[in-house]
Order: sequence, then C-alpha cells, then structure tokens
Amino acid sequence: MLTFVGLGLYDADDITIRGKKAIEEADVVFAEFYTSKLIGMGVDELERAIRKEIKVLSREEVEDGKRIIEEAAGKKVVLLVAGDPMIATTHVSLRIIAEELGIKTKIVHNASIISAAPGLLGLQNYKFGRTVSLPFPQENYFPTSAYDFIYENYSRGLHTLILLDINPRPMSANEAMQILLDMEEKKGKGLFNEKTLIAVIARAGAPDCLVRAGYIGELIHEDFGPPLHSLVLPGQLHFAEEEALEKLAHKSMS
Amino acid sequence: MGRKEDNIKKAMKIMGDVEHIRNIGIAAHIDHGKTTLSDNLIAGAGMMSEELAGKQLVLDYDEQEQARGITINTASASMVHEFEGKEYLINLLDTPGHVDFGGDVTRAMRAVDGAVVVVCAVEGIMPQTETVVRQALRERVKPVLFINKVDRLINELKLDGQQMMARFEKIIKEINKLIRRYAEEEYRDKWMVRVEDGSVAFGSAYHNWAISVPFMKKSGISFKDVFEHLQQDKQKELAKKAPLHQVVLDMVVKHLPNPKEAQKYRIPKIWHGDLESPIGKAMLTCDPKGPVAMMVTKIVMDPHAGEVAVGRLFSGTLRKGQELYIIGAGKKKYRIQQLSMMVGPDRIPVDELDAGNIPAIIGLKDAIAGSTVSSEPNIEPFEPMKHYSEPVVTVAIEAKHTKDLPRLIEVLRTLSKADPSLRVEINQETGEHLLSGMGELHLEVTVYRIVNEYKVEVITSPPIVVYRETVDHKAGPFEGKSPNKHNKFYIEVEPLEKGVIEAIESGEIPEMDRIKDRKTITKKLEEAGLSRDEAKKIEAIRGPNILLDMTWGVQYLNETMELVKQAFFEAVERGPLANEKLYGVKVRLVDAKLHEDSIHRGPAQVIPAVRNAIYGAMCQAARVLLEPMQKVYVNVPTELVGAVTRELQQRRGIIEDMEQEDYQTIIHAKAPVAEMFGFASAIRSATGGRVLWSTENSGYERVPRDLQPQIVRQIRERKGLKPEPYDEAYYAGL
Ligand SMILES: Nc1nc2c(ncn2[C@@H]2O[C@H](COP(=O)(O)OP(=O)(O)O)[C@@H](O)[C@H]2O)c(=O)[nH]1
Ligand SMILES: [Mg+2]
Repeated sequence: MLTFVGLGLYDADDITIRGKKAIEEADVVFAEFYTSKLIGMGVDELERAIRKEIKVLSREEVEDGKRIIEEAAGKKVVLLVAGDPMIATTHVSLRIIAEELGIKTKIVHNASIISAAPGLLGLQNYKFGRTVSLPFPQENYFPTSAYDFIYENYSRGLHTLILLDINPRPMSANEAMQILLDMEEKKGKGLFNEKTLIAVIARAGAPDCLVRAGYIGELIHEDFGPPLHSLVLPGQLHFAEEEALEKLAHKSMS
Repeated sequence: MGRKEDNIKKAMKIMGDVEHIRNIGIAAHIDHGKTTLSDNLIAGAGMMSEELAGKQLVLDYDEQEQARGITINTASASMVHEFEGKEYLINLLDTPGHVDFGGDVTRAMRAVDGAVVVVCAVEGIMPQTETVVRQALRERVKPVLFINKVDRLINELKLDGQQMMARFEKIIKEINKLIRRYAEEEYRDKWMVRVEDGSVAFGSAYHNWAISVPFMKKSGISFKDVFEHLQQDKQKELAKKAPLHQVVLDMVVKHLPNPKEAQKYRIPKIWHGDLESPIGKAMLTCDPKGPVAMMVTKIVMDPHAGEVAVGRLFSGTLRKGQELYIIGAGKKKYRIQQLSMMVGPDRIPVDELDAGNIPAIIGLKDAIAGSTVSSEPNIEPFEPMKHYSEPVVTVAIEAKHTKDLPRLIEVLRTLSKADPSLRVEINQETGEHLLSGMGELHLEVTVYRIVNEYKVEVITSPPIVVYRETVDHKAGPFEGKSPNKHNKFYIEVEPLEKGVIEAIESGEIPEMDRIKDRKTITKKLEEAGLSRDEAKKIEAIRGPNILLDMTWGVQYLNETMELVKQAFFEAVERGPLANEKLYGVKVRLVDAKLHEDSIHRGPAQVIPAVRNAIYGAMCQAARVLLEPMQKVYVNVPTELVGAVTRELQQRRGIIEDMEQEDYQTIIHAKAPVAEMFGFASAIRSATGGRVLWSTENSGYERVPRDLQPQIVRQIRERKGLKPEPYDEAYYAGL
C-alpha cells in the first residue's frame, strides 16, 4: 500500500486530517524534497510534529522508485510530498509502477502553488496556459524552450505560472528575471524587457507571504526575502484582474 | 677556449646576414651516429675543445642521456664554417634517435630547412631512417646523406673496395626511393641525393673523417687513398687530410637552403594564413623588418632561469625587452627577459636576433612546444605539428614524501609542457597522478629526470599498457532512459570506417566539439570514406570516434545536443569494457523522446541516458579490447637468431621477416607492448650483449579473443572496478 500525502505549502499545520491519519497508520514514512519543498519547516521539526521517523529519499531513489516499491509491497508506506503530490510527473510514474505490481495506491490531496498563485494575485485560474519550470543554466545547458512555452501562452492571451528551480538551491525571483532577460537576448521575440509587467510570489502559503506586480526593470532590484519564489507573466488582463493586481499585488501582504 | 670565443663573435656577425645561415637537423635511426656526428661537427668548427669531441657528447647534455647513450632532447648549437672564402653560421638541432620520443623529431624538423640523414654503413636503412625521412619531407625539409661508420666495413666486415661501393650504392638507392615515395611531386627529382654533386658524403663520425666527390676533387684525395688509410689503421691521418666537419659542412652549405630560400616554399606548407597579408609576406621573404612570427619547437629547462623557449624565427627581429603575444594564450603580453642563442649547453645572450635564426627566449611563460609567438595579437597559428603516435604506456606516480606533492605536481606540469608527447592525468577515484608516454624507456627517462634533475623522490607503479576499446560490428538501436524515465535516446554503434580513423589520426580531419564549417568537414569526411548521408550529420569528433545525429524533427533536441555530446565525450573517455578510451567507434543517435519541460531534461538526466545507450549498444555490437603493438627490430650475429626468436615468441611476438647479411641477421618482429616490458635486459642476457635492437610503436590491434576476458578483468581490478564488465541487460534496466 502506497499513499501519497500532500503536505501543502508551509508547515505541518497544513497537513489535512486525512493526511495525518494516513501517517499515523503507516509502517514506513518516506519524504522527498526534490520536486518541491516545504517553506516553513525542516525535516527534524516535521518529524517531531508528526511523531514519526521520516526517511528522506534522494533524487535517484525517487526516480527509480525501487526502495519505495520494495517497502510498499508488504507494508503501509506513506510518501510525503510538499504541495499536492501528483503535480510532479515523477510521482505519476511511481504510481503506475506500483499499480502494475499490484500495489494499491492512494492520494491525499493538498494545496499547491498551482492554485495558490492565481489566488494570491487575484488572477483567474482558467486564464492560465501551461505552467513552465525554469531550470538553472548549467555548463553546456541553457535551454530556452521555457521561453517558447511562455511565448505561446502569451500570444494566446494566457497567463503563465513560472516555477523556479530548487536544485541545487532555490532560485530567487531576481535570478529568474535575469535568466528570462538572457533568454530574450537569444530568442529576440520581444517577450521580456525592462518594461514587461510581471508578478512575483514569495513564500506562498506562509504567514509572511508576499506578492508584487510591476515592471521587470524595477522588480529585478527588489528584495523578496527567503524562498520559495515563483513568477507569473500576465497575459491579457480582464479589468477585474487588472484591479486585483493593483490592489492585491502592489503592496506587501505581511 | 680562445677559438670558441672568437667563433662566437663571428657568429654574432653572421646572424644578421640571412643568406649565410643554414638551419639544419641531423636525423637517423638510433645508434647510427647522430650524436657523435653532431659533437664532432661542433668541435671541428671550434665550438668546443677538440680532444673532448666524441667523448663529451656536448649535445647529449642531459646527464642521463650520456649514461644511457641515447639522445633525448633536441638542443641547438650554432657553429661557424668557411666555404669558398665566405663564413656561414650553421644552426644545428640535434634530434632524438629513439622513436619513443617521436614527438620531438617532428618539432625539430619544423625549425630547420635541411637535414643530414645519417645512415650506418653496416646496418643500412632502418625503420626509423624511413620515419625521419618521411617527417623531414612532410615539413619540406631538404635532405642530404651521410653514410657513417665506414671504418667498420673494413675493420670488422673486411669488405674489399668493390663490396664497399656496392653497399654505398644500395644505401643511396634506398634513400632515393624513400625520397621518391614521400616527397611532394615538385621536390621528388630536385631533392634526390647524388654522389657526383656532393649531396652524399661518407666517413666515420667517430674517427672524425669524411669524404665526398667534390672534396676529392678539391683535395686530390682519391677513394683508393681512403681505403688504404683505413686498412693501415691510419684514420688519425685521414682525419687531418679530410676532416669530418669540413666535408659535411661543405655539403650542408652547398646543398641545403638558406632560410630566405627555404621559407619561400616552406611557409605555404606550415602556415595556412593569408600569404598576401603583411605577416604572410614577411614570412615568405624572411623579412627582419616585418612583424615577429616565431614557432616554439622546444622548451628547455634551465635550473636557474626556468623555462627557455627555443624555436624558429620566421619573420621580424627579436629584441630584449620586447613584448610578444602567444597565440591562443589570450590578450596577455610576454616580455623577453633574456634573448640568446644556444651553443651546446651554453646560452649566449644577444641583444637582438633576425628572422631566420633559432632564438632561445626567457620570459614566454605560457609557451609550450608548438606555440606560435608574434608581435601581433591575432595571427593565424602555425600548422600544428603532427604526432605519429599516442602515448601507450602509463605509470602511476606519487611523491615519496607527502610534503613534496605540490612540487611533484608542478614538475609534472612543467615536463608535459616541454614534452607534449607526455601526458599527465589524475585518476579521479584514487587521486593518483598518471604519467603516460610513448614507451617504457620514455617514462623511465622522465622519472629519472624528476628524481635527479628536479630532486623530487617518487614512487612509481610498474608500467601499465594503455588499451583501447572498440566494437566488432553494427548494432542497436539501444534505448537509454534518463533516471527520471522522462527522456529516451536511441543509439546505434558500429566500427568507424578505416579511412576516417586514419584521417582523424593524421590530423587531416581535426577533432572538434562543435561543427563550425559544416561544408568543409562534410566533404573531408566523405573523401575519407563516410557516406554522404552520414557525413552531413556530423556533430562531434573526439579521438578517432564520431557522433552523428541521424534524427529527424525531434522536438527540443537542439537545446539538448550539447549534453548528448558531453555524454559521447564521456563514453569516448571511458569505454564500457574496462574504462579505456574508445577507438574507431561511430555513434549514431537515431531517435530521441524528450520531456517538454526543460527542467526534466538537464545534464543529470540526459548525460547518463545517452552514455548508457552508447554502452548498451556497444554490448550488442560485441565489445573488443585493443592493445598497442610495437615493431621490434633486432640485429644479432646469425648464430644467436634462435635465442632471440625464442625470447620474442615468449612475448606473443610474431617474426615478420629476417634478413641475413654477412655474419649478422636483422629480425623484424611485432609484439604487444604489454609483453615487451623488461625486454631490454632479457635480450641482453639471451645474447650476451651482442645485440642491437630498437622498437617502434605501430598502432592498436585486437587482443586475442581468448585472452580478452582475463585482461579486461585485470584492468578492472587494477582500477578498483568490479571484475566483470556490465552487460547489455544491466544497461537496459537502468
Ligand atoms: N666504429 C664507429 N662507431 C661509431 C661511429 N659513429 C658512432 N659510432 C658509435 O655508435 C654508437 C652510437 O652512436 P651515437 O652517436 O650515440 O648514435 P645516435 O644514437 O644516433 O646518437 C656509439 O657507441 C658511437 O661511438 C663511427 O663512425 N664508427
Ligand atoms: Mg644520440
């Protein structure tokens, strides 16, 4: 039995009652913080809060799934994942493998940045195009397909939620804006410049959550505090959305 | 001493008069008398005291060279020679006589315009004679011939006059055959050597005499006189009447070109920049007023001054204090701290030196053998000098005292700078330093220098052979999955066409990480034997291996290609059998499925996926281990042939040919380098020391099928890997 338990956005208080029950009943509790992280709590604190030992899995262990599957074959296994568990594609593969082997799986849902971001900014969820992730450029690897996806969304009038890489460390909104400008230099379609309206979401779900909308040229110099950060590139704004951005996202929320 | 200083003064004067300069090298098979000849020329020309000549071996100035009696480093020495009432400056570069140091020979050839090919009258043309003649001609260096050790024909072989003549004729004929074979058409006839015109001389370097047809005419000495002197053991007298240096240097001055003449036709061969540009014109005319263009051919280590860059100045004038660029070393300028000429072990400081000379410079810190140096920041560099073989033997080396480690690293760096045929690598797993070279002797000599010259005590492992991996036949496509399972790559491998391997090894097709001029490279690959469809799809060339992208319209592949290449480079660096480099493998990417989100196909995903696909495909294609082979030439008294062949056969050697000549036999054999360790002492004791032998690296061949698993296991265990290589199923399951 393998249960994917979503931890939500901030700390142990966000775990649902259903989630808590699953943890209580579990023989083994795994967690992975590779695909996303909890902002407000480290592993030790989390262990204390749920009063159970947590085995944190490495990226390889999540990807090949062997360790989880082996345990789940005979025991009740819980895999803790920040946010809503099935947002990460890797977990879908894991679930498929388990089901193929006759291991029952269950999902305990929770809040995710995917729904928190539109909510915080007051943008309409249905007006978002495909979400993109922005990786850190690496030696010999500066992919620009994220740009293409954002462009696609934008040209259809849709907003884009841009999730930032968390490995090897969380990317800041400022770094992300710089990467977008660098991509612009390569692609040159005029999507990003100093005057582009963008929105920053810092620490969604946390008590000190902060959102800001403004020009890239301005925001790139602002300090948004500790991670995690995300960006939204608004597409065509409905007047209600425009108002929301002005009223909700021009001042800090703390 | 007086004469030496006098001559240095004269040399300073001629330096500026390019028509009276000759830059020459002496090239020969090992032991044919190169060093003896060089020393006696230098002594004869008054650059060292005469009694010492032939005993001191000035050019073998490395201590251990003397101890071992082989020439290791190319040093240069300048001498003054009078010919027909005019004084000439002859810059002589001694070239090494052992193929283990093959890289050095070619570099010395770049600096000279003419070569005295020395052939031992007793042994005749040997394999390295052919190698050095080929190298000279490839650089458009004109040859003349000196037949040495003529004394032995009479004293040992007891030949009569006619037999001696026959021998000379044979040697001359064979040299001309080599010239015909290796010279470009334009020079084929012009550069034949002829007894009548004096481009051939005979003599004894050891006994300090020589003779040529023009000299006979000039001096009235006849061939009969020479023969009689020898028979009556009056070589000392002969040396007075027909001094070696006079005859040989006459030949050099008359038949070898001055720098100005030579550069006209050599520059287009060795430099591929615009010949109409100012620097091109200056080099073609050896213009001292033009911009500086110099090629460094050697880095000499001076215990006090540090690294001294020696090379050929093709244009411009060097001055002390001048600032120069090293092409490829960035915008940095290097100041000439000291400028000098090399005379044997001495460096004679000078204030300036004109185009056509062989300067020695202190101050070019980042120069290596092969660097192009100029007063201009961006000139086209000289054609890289080709290496004929890759390092085949490795030792692990560590400092005996841990505190010496930083010093050892420094010394290794310096040595590999001076000798590009040495390679230093760090074993990532063990952290030990691996020193690779052209052969057992090459490494022994290097280690000797580390200990005795640089005073670092070291511990070395026994020598280890450098293997290669390849595949037997075509196989694949093999599916390689990324760790997150979201990306798949399909790879085929097959043996690379022979012509392509050769073209890459000869430098005809350069290795490249990025294809810049696709049209040119496609054409070259096609000419070398690759099909047009494949040639167009070239993505990278590394070692004699290629990566082709045969896919059509795979989305996002373009932004992933650099990572695919990186995986290819990693696989080339460490093959799946024994982590040895790949040799002659064609890798074809035939399809790929990529996750659309770039965060799921970064280096950590793509590199292992592609690498494993290459490894898996290689498993399907039957992995083959290759080992380096050596040609072995052994010259023994005929009655000892049995002892030698026995020794060779024990070492998996194959006797390819045997030539019997008078009382001696020359055995041509081929054996794996791995089996040849310790051959020197074994053969010495098997023959009671009555043996002359040499080796030459001759590329890679398949390890015998039945031995492969065992050798693979040995290599893997040595490297701390699990004894059995992974199989196809393993790579499929990843
Ligand atoms: N008899 C005789 N021996 C010579 C002559 N020239 C060189 N040798 C000997 O041949 C050996 C090899 O000579 P060397 O100059 O070191 O050869 P290298 O390897 O070409 O530099 C030495 O023992 C020399 O003394 C010669 O003209 N006559
Ligand atoms: Mg020598």
